[in-house]
Amino acid sequence: MSAAPAPKAADGSAAYIGRFKVWRGDADGGELKDFEVEVNEGEVVLDIIHRLQATQAHDLAVRWNCKAGKCGSCSAEINGQPRLMCMTRMSVFAPDETVTVTPMRAFPVVRDLVTDVSFNYTKAREIPSFVPPPGVGLGEYRMRQEDVGRSQEFRKCIECFLCQNTCHVVRDHEENKAAFAGPRFLMRIAELDMHPLDAAEEAGLDRKSAAQDEHGLGYCNITKCCTEVCPENIKITDNALIPLKERAVDRKYDPLVWLGNRIRRR
Amino acid sequence: MATTETPGPARPAEPSGGVHAPGRAAIAARHLRTDRWWLAPAVTATVLTVFVVYSTWRAFANADYYAAPYISPYYSPCIATDCVNMRGGADLQIFGPWWGLSPALLVLIFPLGFRLTCYYYRKAYYRGFWAAPPACAVAEPHGKYTGETRFPLILQNVHRYFFYFALVFAVILTYDAALGFRDAAGHWGHMGLGTVVLLVNVALIWVYTLSCHSCRHIIGGRLKNFSKHPVRYRMWGWVGRLTAHHMALAWGSLVMVAVADLYVYLVASGAFADPTFF
Repeated sequence: MSAAPAPKAADGSAAYIGRFKVWRGDADGGELKDFEVEVNEGEVVLDIIHRLQATQAHDLAVRWNCKAGKCGSCSAEINGQPRLMCMTRMSVFAPDETVTVTPMRAFPVVRDLVTDVSFNYTKAREIPSFVPPPGVGLGEYRMRQEDVGRSQEFRKCIECFLCQNTCHVVRDHEENKAAFAGPRFLMRIAELDMHPLDAAEEAGLDRKSAAQDEHGLGYCNITKCCTEVCPENIKITDNALIPLKERAVDRKYDPLVWLGNRIRRR
Repeated sequence: MATTETPGPARPAEPSGGVHAPGRAAIAARHLRTDRWWLAPAVTATVLTVFVVYSTWRAFANADYYAAPYISPYYSPCIATDCVNMRGGADLQIFGPWWGLSPALLVLIFPLGFRLTCYYYRKAYYRGFWAAPPACAVAEPHGKYTGETRFPLILQNVHRYFFYFALVFAVILTYDAALGFRDAAGHWGHMGLGTVVLLVNVALIWVYTLSCHSCRHIIGGRLKNFSKHPVRYRMWGWVGRLTAHHMALAWGSLVMVAVADLYVYLVASGAFADPTFF
């Protein structure tokens, strides 16, 4: 942060010249570069990156799309915090504050602010999809709102992968990427396991045990960073990860539940 | 964190640098946060340390835990024969005179286990003491991480059993609080500041216990179709509203249980006279 006052814009309006550090580089190396860019009232960080691209760094790579917090493309780290650039208002920073913008630090960098998030698509493919109920055709699915309410919260996910990026299990331990699906995809398992029509169990697929044995649920130590950074305010930890942990306990660690299920089956 | 052996399903490779792993953006700093991210884990670690030191002293003290009609929550139920005589209290005398240590040590393992395995406290001490992670997007200092996949941290999965015990303790502490409406001679119709302290304590214990994530699961979370269980669905909703405040309730009840014990200690040791309302 700089203590020096921010220079005023030339036209004398409320705009000011903000100081920025933006990471430039690729997989072979890079560094934080200093820039001074005009900031106008009501702007977000993505506006500044676009102005920087238009006026000073024409080859600056940045991934973006909707600029409305719905496509999940412009994920980055702003002053070290994983955030969407389009949903981070410049008004939250003091005019004399230097704002640092870097790519997400849990994934390989492609160039500048663009990262390779294919890890997440690999993990998505590892999750067994919805199993249709037998004897119910397409268009014949009927569910009550109270039965689908829990899963609907998870459907708000815009796949920005900020939760995957901030989760220390993979962010701080590259070696865990093979074993750990990450909060976004553990939430997907929870969504399917809570789905009233999912017939996985009838098909011999135990999502609860698989979450623990195959998708690394045990790595999660529920420190809630995924919930803190979620731009859709999904209560990932309270409503998906902890319930999924409890469901795994039902299957694997609770002898009373195991006994009860055995008796009920007879 | 546990650091031995690798897990079964997908065998991780050797540690390779976290945020400094090859291919990631070359940024030397462990983090670039500019806010006071260290404040929350520092406060957490400090308060928990103070609580543990105070509680250890009081648990081993074996003195000044009963000031009729008030009993310290650290010593209830009192299940050793060397407990002081508590008129009508939860004095069960299960352990004979061979038990030479403080009776508090026999019962504190249950509320301690409940809080140690609690989903909120896990977050608090993983961040505050283990720095795993110290804060979001702040690199942790450990070379390897296995989380709760193996012993001893896999034992966190017994939380629901501690929850069942916590329910029993909540009932006993409710009984203790009710006894606070008797005077030192055992006659009903008394109320002092100690009665209020015990009532507030047990109220916080109840809401903290009922806001437990395991409770939410047992009440209804494990169901697939809520529409077939309307009563459990409604109760699940109520518990869910409490669960949203689990952190605040965890801190509130932690502080209050220590305050309740301190109050009984001050009255029992003669340092403070219990103000009587009627």
